[in-house]
Amino acid sequence: MMMTTANGTMPPVPGPVAGPLEQLRAGREFGANVYSTIDVLWVLYHRVLRITPETVDDPERDRFLLSKGHAVAGYYAVLAAKGFLRAGWLDDQGGPASRLGDHPDRTLVPGVEIGSGSLGHGLGLGVGTALGLRAQGLLTPRVYVLLGDAELDEGSNHEAIAYAGATGLGSLTAVVVDNHSATHGWPGGAAARFTVNGWTASTVDGHDHDALHTALTGQHQDRPHVVVAVVRTEE
Amino acid sequence: MRDIFIDTTAELLTENPRTALVLADISAAAFAPAAARHPDRVLNVGIREQLMVGVAGGLALTGLRPIVHSYAPFLIERAYEQLKLDLDHQAATAVLVSVGASYDRAAAGRTHLSPADVSLIDTLHGWTVHVPGHPAEVPALLRDAVAGDGSAYLRLSVLRNDRPRGGDGSLAVVRNAGPGAPLLVAVGPALDAALAAVADLPVTVAYTHRPRPFDTAGLRARAGTEVILVEPYLAGTSSRVVSAALVDRPHRLLALGVGRADLRRYGSPEDHNRWHGLDSAGLRRSVDAFLAGALLAAGR
Repeated sequence: MMMTTANGTMPPVPGPVAGPLEQLRAGREFGANVYSTIDVLWVLYHRVLRITPETVDDPERDRFLLSKGHAVAGYYAVLAAKGFLRAGWLDDQGGPASRLGDHPDRTLVPGVEIGSGSLGHGLGLGVGTALGLRAQGLLTPRVYVLLGDAELDEGSNHEAIAYAGATGLGSLTAVVVDNHSATHGWPGGAAARFTVNGWTASTVDGHDHDALHTALTGQHQDRPHVVVAVVRTEE
Repeated sequence: MRDIFIDTTAELLTENPRTALVLADISAAAFAPAAARHPDRVLNVGIREQLMVGVAGGLALTGLRPIVHSYAPFLIERAYEQLKLDLDHQAATAVLVSVGASYDRAAAGRTHLSPADVSLIDTLHGWTVHVPGHPAEVPALLRDAVAGDGSAYLRLSVLRNDRPRGGDGSLAVVRNAGPGAPLLVAVGPALDAALAAVADLPVTVAYTHRPRPFDTAGLRARAGTEVILVEPYLAGTSSRVVSAALVDRPHRLLALGVGRADLRRYGSPEDHNRWHGLDSAGLRRSVDAFLAGALLAAGR
């Protein structure tokens, strides 16, 4: 189905996500940024992450950390489509009895690995998560952190990017949804901020599921990996 | 205190594979042997304090028990939002251990002073704060903190009392002036100067190295009308706790500690104690002024 927003026509929402998203939307107008993130979330949960509603506490699960916490509508919808959330929770987002805020809280929503909202926290937590898994001999799980290109303005990200690169933290994948919203831009592209620190990088169409899948699974074992998912500027 | 912290932490890393240590260059050389033995659990992120606390949060989310260490201003003040969000909001916990205290590095100037650290931690919920008054108090406090599952802050200092005092952090009466006497509570390394200041006054002196949670039951059991707090960090940090504990009793509170002003002076920690009125002479002046009316009225 095609979505119409205040910013024009968006690419189709993956089928299983459309129903939960409409339930969550409840007649409201979503910003374009909601739709810009759904494809990468869907590819992650549908084709990449080794996590199910039954394994949300399994130490061997892959971790997905949503750092740009405002991209929450698509996140909730994908989690609901995958059975992590009860459908009834999608009603009344942000209401006084709701578990689903305008930013996610890991203690309220099964499968949500971090509470986020203030930008620039997810990548540091992801580095720590990857290090903690490694220290316990849990070498299979991967750690994925989703950020936005404007979120990269926060200096804390660059502490994490430099350290993860310098130490070859190969179980870490950052996903940057790039809608060119950083106020002062990233001349040379967002990926360059990572590759200069020793990361591998793939820059792909943020709506192309196969390209996203290839990029999200294309990491080396001894270096952290970044996937820059480019979407249109107005998204 | 720092040496004993380093030795005890090295032991904990060996004893318990859940223990991890996160550094931001400070003390990294001293921990090099531990890092060589436990390369996956001794993590020096470089001069990156936001990442240091974020990493600690991530480690805790995987089930490890992180110890996080730096100078107090960098650990608590620079990374405050990470403490609030990467630990507390994630329901993750850690043991923070600082050096530098309020003005241990006085000659380094304002950038290395941190009198507000305990106040900042006090804006968070459920933290335990330990302010040891002697190096020999450190191992038990650190071991208890690491063995627990909550968040704790250990504030180490080069300032110290003549001898260690054990205990679990409940108010321990060091000098008893009898029922109804003014109660002076000294925290950590402030004790010796406080004892000297009131040596010839009918004042009961109690000690704690654990200002949070403050021993309010012990306070209520021993407090009369006059209560004096002597804290080696920002003056008034524990005033709200004392006031709340004594809310149903008429009482007067004198809260002594480090002032808020940037003095723009170097010197030694002892100099700053004097300038902030926390040496024995300065404390005596404040206590005399506070008690003048009360002691006269009581005929003491």
